[in-house]
Amino acid sequence: MELTTLLFYFFSLLTIGSAIFMVFSKNIVHAAFALMFTLLGVAALYVLLFADFIAATQILVYVGGILILILFGVMLTTKGFTDNLKTLTTNLRPVSVVMTLVAAGMIYVLLTTTWPVAEIAEPEGTITGLGTLLLKEYILPFQVTGVLLLVAIIGALLMATKVKHQQ
Amino acid sequence: MENELIQWLSQPGLTHYLMIGALLFCIGITLVLTRRNVIMILMGIELILNSVNLNFIAFSRFSVITLDGHLTALFLIILAAAEAAVALAIVLNIYNRFKTIDIDEISLLKG
Repeated sequence: MELTTLLFYFFSLLTIGSAIFMVFSKNIVHAAFALMFTLLGVAALYVLLFADFIAATQILVYVGGILILILFGVMLTTKGFTDNLKTLTTNLRPVSVVMTLVAAGMIYVLLTTTWPVAEIAEPEGTITGLGTLLLKEYILPFQVTGVLLLVAIIGALLMATKVKHQQ
Repeated sequence: MENELIQWLSQPGLTHYLMIGALLFCIGITLVLTRRNVIMILMGIELILNSVNLNFIAFSRFSVITLDGHLTALFLIILAAAEAAVALAIVLNIYNRFKTIDIDEISLLKG
């Protein structure tokens, strides 16, 4: 068995295992930390797929940004101290049965389809190609995303500061 | 038959990654449907977006050897960041008005 195979199984177990832990954990902070391990596992899978820049972006944006935002949201929206961090779970049994069936169906479809597989090229760094594409063919989406981020920041700021005026 | 299975298991290909993506997607949907806390629902949505990204990267590695999948994944990550910022601002507003973020309690259309 090759090392990459072992790494693939290790990181996919990490990803799926901590995602399942998120479903069954009662404490929201535990779930947030499990989400961190899921995101790190997905980043490692990106590395195994030769997507080095996307893996770095995943760690920077998801683990360093979105997860911290989520933890801030948890801290700002819980009353009192740590004993109120429990969250409600409803309909867990029927939903998990249905979603297991859906997952089984999807895996069956994936296994019985023949996908077009191209020749695997030698792995090389993707950053140069990504930068060239981003400034040539994809210049319009690039600019539009910049505008979107600006709008999102202004919207979040407006909504967050309006809270103070109401009190 | 068994040799084929072992051969298939020992060479992770496109199908393996797509299966991981499918499982992540289903777990994300389960989180969205079962949890009553808005922040947990947001975490479920992040899981779903991650599974989509994983599929894009897997296809751009195995099926089409171009970087278009990588760029789509990059734009999706940016979209997820913007979505998380706006959604958490909305959650804070909801908390300030209703003093709870349980979505069963937030049932008013006109606050």
